[in-house]
Amino acid sequence: MKVIKLEKKKLIPFLQFISQERELWAPVKKNDRIIYDLIEDFTCIDMNTTRTLLPPKKVIIPQQFNMFRVTGLGYESDYSHAVKKILFGIHPCDIHGLLILDKLFMQDHPDPYYIEARRNTLILGLSCWPDEHCFARSTNTHIIREGFDLFFTDLEHSYLVWVGSSAGDDLIKLKPEFFEQKPTDQDIQDFTYMQIERDTSYKTKINFISMPDLMELKYNETFWEKMGRACLGCGSCSMVCPTCNCYNVIDRHLISEETGERRRYWDSCTLCEYSEVAEGVNFRKNCADRLRLWYTHKMQAFISKYGKASCVGCGRCLLTCPVDINVLTVSKSLQGKDVYAYWNRLPREASDDKSSK
Amino acid sequence: MINQASKTAAIENPFLPEPARIVRSYHLIEGVKFFQIRIVDIEKALSFRYLPGQFVMLSILGIGEAPFSISSTPSRPGMLEFCIRDVGRVTNALFALKENSIIGIRGPYGNGFPVETMQNKNLIIISGGLGVAPLRSVLLYSLDNRDLFKDVTFLYGAKRPYEMIFRDEFLRLSKRDDVECLLTVDHDDTGTWTEKTGVVTSLFKYLAEIEPGETYAMVCGPPVMYKYVIDELLKFKIPKHQILMTLERRMKCGIGKCGHCAIDYIYTCIDGPVFSYWDVIHMRELI
Repeated sequence: MKVIKLEKKKLIPFLQFISQERELWAPVKKNDRIIYDLIEDFTCIDMNTTRTLLPPKKVIIPQQFNMFRVTGLGYESDYSHAVKKILFGIHPCDIHGLLILDKLFMQDHPDPYYIEARRNTLILGLSCWPDEHCFARSTNTHIIREGFDLFFTDLEHSYLVWVGSSAGDDLIKLKPEFFEQKPTDQDIQDFTYMQIERDTSYKTKINFISMPDLMELKYNETFWEKMGRACLGCGSCSMVCPTCNCYNVIDRHLISEETGERRRYWDSCTLCEYSEVAEGVNFRKNCADRLRLWYTHKMQAFISKYGKASCVGCGRCLLTCPVDINVLTVSKSLQGKDVYAYWNRLPREASDDKSSK
Repeated sequence: MINQASKTAAIENPFLPEPARIVRSYHLIEGVKFFQIRIVDIEKALSFRYLPGQFVMLSILGIGEAPFSISSTPSRPGMLEFCIRDVGRVTNALFALKENSIIGIRGPYGNGFPVETMQNKNLIIISGGLGVAPLRSVLLYSLDNRDLFKDVTFLYGAKRPYEMIFRDEFLRLSKRDDVECLLTVDHDDTGTWTEKTGVVTSLFKYLAEIEPGETYAMVCGPPVMYKYVIDELLKFKIPKHQILMTLERRMKCGIGKCGHCAIDYIYTCIDGPVFSYWDVIHMRELI
C-alpha cells in the first residue's frame, strides 16, 4: 500500500479542498458531546477524540430516512440520504464496524439503501489512542488494513497517510503539492515506537475465544435474569453500537396530500415491542430474553457465521448503559467471574417492584 | 455545492412493492376474509413462482406493510389467495379496501415446504383455526399433483362449525376418496354439524396404520396446539425431522436485514418459516 506524508498544518486546507463537492462529516463537540456532524467550520473538527457518542454508521444509514415516496401511482424509491460524503476522523475499530455492517447489508440479499450510501461515502480514517474503556486489542480491531480510502496516522508533527483505494489516490491527486512522497527513516522509527506503545496501552481485555460455547452453556444462568430485572429496555446499547443493524419501517400518510412516505428507523432488539406480532402476542416479553438475543447475535451467531465477534471493542456500551449491562460485564459473567455492576448490586425488592409494573 | 443523490441504485430495490389488484374478497368467517390478488403486470403475475409455505409482504399505500402466508397453490399460477384475520393496522386497512383496489406485493419469501423431498411420501396435514392459511397451499398442491404423493391426510379443527375457514371447500373434500379429510369442531352449538366433534388430536384415532419413515407431517395452528399434536405424531414414530411446522414472527424486510424475526441464530424470514421438530429441539425460542 502506498504511504505518503502530510504536514499537520496542511490537513485542514486539504480537507476543505476535497470537500468542495461533497459533504464532510467529522467528529465535533456539540452540546458537550463529541458527535459525527456535517462540518461547516473546519477548525472545529476534533482531531483527538477517543470516541463519538454515536458510531459512524449514522453517516451511512441515518437514524431515520425515507425508503419510498408513496403516491397514488405507487412506490418510488428514494435514495436521497445517499448524497456524496466524506467521513473523516474514523478510527480503526469503527472502520471494522462498517466492515461488519458490509457483511450484513451487502452479502446475501443486498440492501440498496446501504450500498448506495456506502459507495457514495469516502472513508478517511484517523489513528487514535485508547482510553481505559477501549478493548479493540481483544477484538483484534485496533489496527486496520482495509476498508478506507485514506488513513492518517498521527506522528506529532505530521501524518503518515496510507492510500487504501484508487478513490483515495484521486483525492491526493487533487493537491499533490501538499504531500511528501516518501516518509523518512525517522518517521518509520517514530511510527514503530508509537505502534508498540499503543499496543500496550489497552487496559481492558476480554477473551472472546470461548464466547460462542459459553453463550450456549450458560444460556440459563441466573445472571441473565438479574440483568433483565435491571435493564431499562431503553435501546441505548443498540444506538451506540457500531455493528447493530436492526431497523423498523413505518409508513406515514400525509393527509394534506394524496401522498405518503415509507420511512426506515434504527431499532433495537432490547425494546419491548421488538418481537411483538398481531393481537399483542410478544415472543420476548421478558427483558432477559431480549438481552440474551442481543448477546447471542454479537458473541455467538456472528462468530459462527463469520469467524469473529460482532464487536469492535469501541467501549461505547461500557460508557452508555445506565445499569452496566455491557460486553465487558456480560463476558465476565459468562466466564464465571465476579462482576461489579449496577445490575449485580440491585436489591431484590426494588427489582420485584419493577417487574410487577 | 453540487451534491445530488443518485436517483436509482446500482442494484434493483428488493423492497419495492409491485402493484397488485384485489380481484375478489369476501368474509370466510367472522373477522377472517378471503382475498384473491393478481399482480397488475400480467407477465409478472404469470411468472410469479413460489412454494407452498412461503409468504409475501403486502403493502397498503401509506398505511404499512406486513407478512402474509400464501393460501393458494403454485400449481394454479396467475392468482394469489390469502386468508387474513382482521387484527392490526395493516389488516384493518386491508379489510376496508374494496375489490379492484390496488395494493403492493413483494416476495415470495422464506423456505416453504420441501415439496420435492416429500414426493412419494405420505402427507399428514394438521391445522387448527387460522393455521389452515399456509397449509391450504400445500394441501391443494398435493391434490393438484396427486400422483406425486402417497396417502394424503388432512385434519382440521375449529372451535365451532361457523368458525371453520373454507368449510364448504373442505366438506366437499371429505367426500373424495383420494384424500382422507377429517374435520372436527370443539363444540357444535348449531345442531347441524355432520362431522366430528372434539379437539384436533381426537382425530388421530381415526387414522389407519402409517409407515412413519415414509410420512411427512405438517402442523400449523394456535401455539397451544403444537405440543399435543407433536406428542401424537411422535407416538406414530414419525421422525423428528419429518414433522414440519410453520411459524409466525414480526417482520419488516423479509430478507434477513431488519432483524425482527431473529430466533437464536437464524432468521425466520430466510431460514424459516417452515421448521422441523428437530429444529425446535436444538434451537431455543422456536415454540
